[in-house]
Amino acid sequence: MRQIFTLSLLFSTIRLSTPLVLAAVGGLYSERSGVINIALEGLLLAGAFTAAAVTFYAHSPWVGLTAAILAGAAVAAIHAIACIRFKADQVVTGTGINILFIGLPAVLSGALFLSSGSTPQIPKDNLLPALSRFLPFMPAWRIFTDVSIISLLALVVVLLTRYVLYRTPFGLRLRAVGENPEAADAAGVGVNVMRYTGVILSGALAGIGGAYLSIGQSSLFTRNMAAGRGFIALAALIFGKWRPVQTMLACLLFGFADALTIQMQGVAKLPWNPSEDIPVQFIQMIPYLVTIVVLAGFIGQSRAPKALGIPYQKER
Amino acid sequence: MKLVRELLFPLIAVLAAFVIGGIVVWIIHDSPWETYKLLIGSAFSWPDGIGYTLFDATPLIFTGLAVAVAFRCGLLNIGAEGQLYVAAFAAAWVGIKFGAPDPDNTAIAQFVHLPAFLLLPLCCLAAIVAGAVWGGIPGLLKAKFGSHEVINTIMLNFIAIALLGYFTQYRYKIPGDAILQTAPISPHASLPTLGRFIPGFPERIPLNLAFVLAVIACVLVYIFLWKTKWGYELRATGANPSAAEYGGVSIRKQIVLAMAISGGLAGMVGINEVLGYRHRYYDGFSANYGFVGIAVALLGRNHPLGVFLAAILFAILLRGGIFVDAFTLHVSKDIVDMLQGIVIILVALRPEAIFGSSLKKFGLMKRAKI
Repeated sequence: MRQIFTLSLLFSTIRLSTPLVLAAVGGLYSERSGVINIALEGLLLAGAFTAAAVTFYAHSPWVGLTAAILAGAAVAAIHAIACIRFKADQVVTGTGINILFIGLPAVLSGALFLSSGSTPQIPKDNLLPALSRFLPFMPAWRIFTDVSIISLLALVVVLLTRYVLYRTPFGLRLRAVGENPEAADAAGVGVNVMRYTGVILSGALAGIGGAYLSIGQSSLFTRNMAAGRGFIALAALIFGKWRPVQTMLACLLFGFADALTIQMQGVAKLPWNPSEDIPVQFIQMIPYLVTIVVLAGFIGQSRAPKALGIPYQKER
Repeated sequence: MKLVRELLFPLIAVLAAFVIGGIVVWIIHDSPWETYKLLIGSAFSWPDGIGYTLFDATPLIFTGLAVAVAFRCGLLNIGAEGQLYVAAFAAAWVGIKFGAPDPDNTAIAQFVHLPAFLLLPLCCLAAIVAGAVWGGIPGLLKAKFGSHEVINTIMLNFIAIALLGYFTQYRYKIPGDAILQTAPISPHASLPTLGRFIPGFPERIPLNLAFVLAVIACVLVYIFLWKTKWGYELRATGANPSAAEYGGVSIRKQIVLAMAISGGLAGMVGINEVLGYRHRYYDGFSANYGFVGIAVALLGRNHPLGVFLAAILFAILLRGGIFVDAFTLHVSKDIVDMLQGIVIILVALRPEAIFGSSLKKFGLMKRAKI
């Protein structure tokens, strides 16, 4: 047990949860406005590729990060236009974006870098830095050297989202168009404007999450590097009942399960057979099983925004 | 007019996707013309081009039908991927455990040695049942607890992959095998290639009897959906759940039924993959068949004939992608994924939201009935 529950496990949990938190809170803005965002996976990939490619040319992670935010927002705008203007099935459009961004980054990196789907390595100095970079006088504690600035940003985003969602007129309007667009419209709220804003915000945040994957946690973009994190973020959003802090906690749980899998490899033994490892696959499965149980309503009902998935048609 | 309407919009979507794809190709300094010539032209040579294209189309027909049946009931089965993995493993498991072992299988013991005429149908059945169960679970969860099938099928995809990874790695791999795959199935469980039946068609091309099964499945799905009472109730549930319920249809039963049938169809991919091609379960074999199935179903307007044609189209692209990879300077085979994604987004758009009232003018849109 001592070998497993170490400080490394904590930092590894924070690292692995960071992209989930950013994508899930992004999804929250979209879904609270009434637009299903199953495209988080594609948005992460768009952000990750853009960040790596731009950082490679610009030699600055900040330029890369900004580009990733813009790319995420732009791709989300495609989703928004398809869902809001053209009333497309939101899940289908999202799936399309997910498949598109398995292909498009690979095509572009093949053309730009003559590689089979990955960008070149980015030097360590050009990656998104850890907290210690900003705190020159601090002792070299691991919390400052092992935790990225983006992880802190993710925490700030969560707290800010909580404030915005429940304490500002914008948040009230966002929730209103997701729950009862007819009433919101009657009260003078522009339903579609709020929805565009929600979806595009989700793209921007998922873009940051993607940038963290390629130029924070790793040092290059590889084909399909999101590896299902967008879907896990979506599950965390539902698990967290579409609320910011609960969603973050769900992400931390999923990140913890992931970290535990890595930490336990070759260390944890079966209690009834100490010569055999606990298969990692069983630990990997836990978050998914938990999500299904939560969805089935065994641990408190998780209720979606009422108008989620329904295009709004103004009465004439 | 109906046929024109059904064919026109998918065709426009495909053409528009090709135009967008062509622009991307042009931006990265390759010739769109040459790329598309390779992408589409490579599929029509005899026997390799046609053989491999039909082989690639087989899993897409199954997953396309799977998604289409669920869609007709108003459900999105995004879990065909997990269902086909579970099914493929089940087929392999029966093939390993119930037949005389392959000479390469030095590790896994058998229960019985069944003859081929029993073993082969049993393996096929195992695939269909396993897929139906894995698809039926989210159906049951939706019917019983109202939890959304999209999230549950995604979760079950991950669970399937982890679970099968475990069984492959720890239980059914031949020790020392560096590849994550099970022991080979019994030779009596393998499905013959079409080369055995068609003169002049080489046996090295993996196109096998599963393709014939896929064609039969298309016909059966058509008969089921449009010629049986169950199919009618299923479509009624998808078209208008409250009206169907008012008419005495049990929506819950339809949801479970639709998801189970959908899973069973997706599971038939395992027949092609395990019994017809690799003769073992190979971890992570699916080239996103489950997700591409969504595109196939949408492009085929959720109709078996449409699914068949759309699967052929995507198989042509998959086949051509290999040549694009080899013979162009910049463009890689990933352009196929890209085109598929664009097609999905475009076919999801509502035609009436794009073209507005001009559709009614040309009689291409049904007028709203009051």
